[in-house]
Amino acid sequence: MEQHVSAVEYHEHHGGGTKEIKRVTIILTALTLIELALGYSMVYMSEASTSRHVIKGVILILMLAKAFYIVAYFMHLKQEIRNMIMTICIPLFLFVWFIIAFLYDGQSYNNNRNTYNPYYKVHSSQKAPELRPENEDNGQEKKKSME
Amino acid sequence: MATTTTVSAPPAKLWGGGRSPFNVEYGKIMMWYFLMSDTFTFGAFLISYGTTRFATNGWPDPNKVFESFPGLGNGYPLLFVSLMTFILIISSVTMVLAVQAGHNMNKKAVVTNLILTIIGGLAFLSCQALEWTHLYHEGAWWGRNPFPNWNGTVSTTNFTNFFFTITGFHGFHVFSGVIINIVMLIMTLSGVFERRGHYLMIEKAGLYWHFVDLVLVFVFTCFYLV
Repeated sequence: MEQHVSAVEYHEHHGGGTKEIKRVTIILTALTLIELALGYSMVYMSEASTSRHVIKGVILILMLAKAFYIVAYFMHLKQEIRNMIMTICIPLFLFVWFIIAFLYDGQSYNNNRNTYNPYYKVHSSQKAPELRPENEDNGQEKKKSME
Repeated sequence: MATTTTVSAPPAKLWGGGRSPFNVEYGKIMMWYFLMSDTFTFGAFLISYGTTRFATNGWPDPNKVFESFPGLGNGYPLLFVSLMTFILIISSVTMVLAVQAGHNMNKKAVVTNLILTIIGGLAFLSCQALEWTHLYHEGAWWGRNPFPNWNGTVSTTNFTNFFFTITGFHGFHVFSGVIINIVMLIMTLSGVFERRGHYLMIEKAGLYWHFVDLVLVFVFTCFYLV
């Protein structure tokens, strides 16, 4: 067993055990259920309303919380040495600018298209055929005319 | 845990050389670094999805697109994808339990939990296949988007392109994760880890599986909720 020592000696942390796993599972389930409840509440809201944007923001924060719990407890990152935690977490801050820059860019592109591309505004106002008419049988295949 | 009796002096300093300064074995840190690269891949996909959405005037309402449940028909937004999310979260829990059983050198528990994880993964893939088939039969595919925007206008094919590409990539990762877990199961049953004296390989497979679950958390939010 001599040659196994070098691998096994690293393997010291046992973390919180089954109790911690149960606790984190319950937290993740609760977060998911809250997200679903919020998502479902948005079904009946109009698309451009402010409350819809607020709820989307809350859902995003819940999503980040779920990500934290999975990475910290299920992947045991919390129990690693601080320097290793930083190896993983610091590069993720690149995402902050990544997301801001690209979404801003997308918005800017949208503004430019609407201002300078007359065909785009017309094209994006075309009415679409209804997808699943209410009185139609659910099992029937419907071949809709494509864009 | 194991003692360092085989070396003349214990390498106490982390950065003194001769040991990992992070106190993890090579394979584990390499798996973490691979997961970082995969994080940026999926991050790039999802951010490009966001950019395209911001750049487009109208977009389909996901609650109108994804509203069917196998056997129950239409009118149940969020239900099927919630089931898929829970399946993958539970399979993540069983994977953590497998890793923990490995810490305790409990081969039987490792086998049981690996089997449960594999079943969860296969169940998720089946659900995803059902979802894709249903959407296909509604006329959706790469380059074909039958769903109107939320404001009733004709929608862009970017919607279905992104959906099938990103969920396809994720599904492929789930599939490869299931294959890896099956290999882990076979190795466990053959007693490979008993002979080695540690179940660290299961831990590395566990990292990959949790990553797959994590990606679903983000994909689920970006496509179905937001």
